[in-house]
Amino acid sequence: MILQLPALIIIVPLLAALGVIIAGWLRNALCFPAALAALLVTLLSAILVMGQVMHDGALIYRLGGWEPPWGISFYIDHLNGVILILVSLVALINLIATRSVVAQVFKNRLGAFYSLYLLFATGLLGIVITGDAFNLYVLLEIASLSGYALLGMGGGRARLASLHYVFMGTIGASLYLLGIGYLYIVTGSLNMLDLAALLPTVEKVSLIHVSFILCLVGLFIKMALFPLHAWLPNAYAQAPNPSASLIAPLTTKVMLYVMIRMVLTVYRPDLAFNRLPIGSLIVWLAVAAIIAGSLLAYKQTRLRRMLACIIVVEVGYMVGGFWLGNAAGMTGALLHLLNDAMMTLCIFLAAGAIATRVHADTIAGLQGLFRKMPFTMAAFVVGALAIIGVPPTCGFFSKWYLLNGGIEAGHFGFTAALIISSLVNILIFFKVMEVAYFEPFENHHHHSNGQFIQEAPLDMVVPLLATAGFLIAMGIYAHSLVTGFIEPVISPLMMGSL
Amino acid sequence: MKGLSMPDWAEFIIANYNYWGVAVLMMIGLYAIIAKNNLVKKIIGMNIFQVAIILFYITIATKLEATIPIIRHGHGHGAHAAGIQAAGYMNPLPQVLMLTAIVVSVATLGVALALAVSIYQRYDTLEEDEILEQLKAEELRQV
Repeated sequence: MILQLPALIIIVPLLAALGVIIAGWLRNALCFPAALAALLVTLLSAILVMGQVMHDGALIYRLGGWEPPWGISFYIDHLNGVILILVSLVALINLIATRSVVAQVFKNRLGAFYSLYLLFATGLLGIVITGDAFNLYVLLEIASLSGYALLGMGGGRARLASLHYVFMGTIGASLYLLGIGYLYIVTGSLNMLDLAALLPTVEKVSLIHVSFILCLVGLFIKMALFPLHAWLPNAYAQAPNPSASLIAPLTTKVMLYVMIRMVLTVYRPDLAFNRLPIGSLIVWLAVAAIIAGSLLAYKQTRLRRMLACIIVVEVGYMVGGFWLGNAAGMTGALLHLLNDAMMTLCIFLAAGAIATRVHADTIAGLQGLFRKMPFTMAAFVVGALAIIGVPPTCGFFSKWYLLNGGIEAGHFGFTAALIISSLVNILIFFKVMEVAYFEPFENHHHHSNGQFIQEAPLDMVVPLLATAGFLIAMGIYAHSLVTGFIEPVISPLMMGSL
Repeated sequence: MKGLSMPDWAEFIIANYNYWGVAVLMMIGLYAIIAKNNLVKKIIGMNIFQVAIILFYITIATKLEATIPIIRHGHGHGAHAAGIQAAGYMNPLPQVLMLTAIVVSVATLGVALALAVSIYQRYDTLEEDEILEQLKAEELRQV
């Protein structure tokens, strides 16, 4: 049983995605428990697998018993083990938190919604766990296709925005596939570890460079790095809340993971940082992403669009930090990857909770919410502080590493961008808090007794507060996160070529 | 002799015509996605883009004077005997990979068309600028 755990991480949510549809035919009430059980099993398996990795080092799982270069294998080490836990945890928290909203909005389509939800989780978990470059493409498309459908269920602009996302996402994934094709031409292999062993022996280096650039551009589109970000704010801002709070924290982070995996494991840092002169260019792109994203976020008058623009900024942090190429920058990028998933979950869940009570999506419509929804707003404040980077929330520590990385690399553009965007974040979030705290609540519509406190439903507030708690806990235990999960990934690199 | 031989660039293009075909198809697809106003034309462009990459994989699997990767006289007549030469068959792996990629592209097409249908039902048009106009009017009414 223990030996088969890595397979369970994928197979349980995949089969449950089918099972949930059948459950939906029988009785709508069965859908949620089925999805919950599946994600619980997934989370448990991910934790057990990570425990095994911590104990014995990286493990390779042969799917169907086929030997690696021919069969598809799963490869789990410190880098993706912790991201597996993160993905299943975020999916689980969001599932619980959005139960009542989903039951309300998707009354007759519960089976379809939860099936897509689980397929999306399956796709992301598969991307993270797989050790095969082509398998990664297929799982990427599984995650993307269910993501398009989940995002397109909203009103207003949602469908058009989702269709634009289909175009951009397909171009991104196709470029990745083309890059993998070039790798296959020069090596005849698709297994990541095998590729890593074969690539140094290849003589036609220019083909490897082409394939690397194609992969990178494809992934940049998928993670919405600045000039390629246009699909993101629309797609996330108008999606149904339960889908947005699932997809916004996870998609960009998992794409970042793929970039890191490709650079560190497949193409090797030597090629990425020493032989190709692209590191500095990409850091400057990240600087542009940070500045442009901050300005874009500052301009927004709608809450969720603003939060979506902040994701563009956060992607800039992580891409820039990683491509600085030093230990501090990479540590910061990886730590921020973990933190940012939780922060984004926290603020999107809070926005979802607010949306259950306040129907206008504008920031001006948040008047007096601190008094009406104290717990939701408290969690929102914790999320906001984490994004700004105030200790003891987790955002501070990853930003600290990123800043150190920028200074160490002598890249003052990146350092300055980090500081400026933190200041802009303060402005943005204090604007929201000012409206929500100081301006009195005005009741235009229903409930003539304005004093009546209407907190969001309990099953939404509890997971939300738990997420906020995670943000503080991840800050307090930031040091153990770094030594436990991130240093085993970074330190072997620093011994070597860099 | 000199007068008859092709210039280098022409030889380069003709010798690699399959890759040029793929590149041209990709650009046609990309152009349609970026420049066309009609959503269905954009979707067609997207599909052409994907097909270009599928053809790329198929073309890297071919070998000179090789046949399809099905072993002749596979059963009974000593399938394991020395008669099989790998050089005589095309590489089956990229073709198998592309079976999966075709399934993926059909699924993408399905999702894109479903979204287009639901957009059409709502706005009664597939021209992007007209949809955007209606959306703007809708948002103004809300504010």
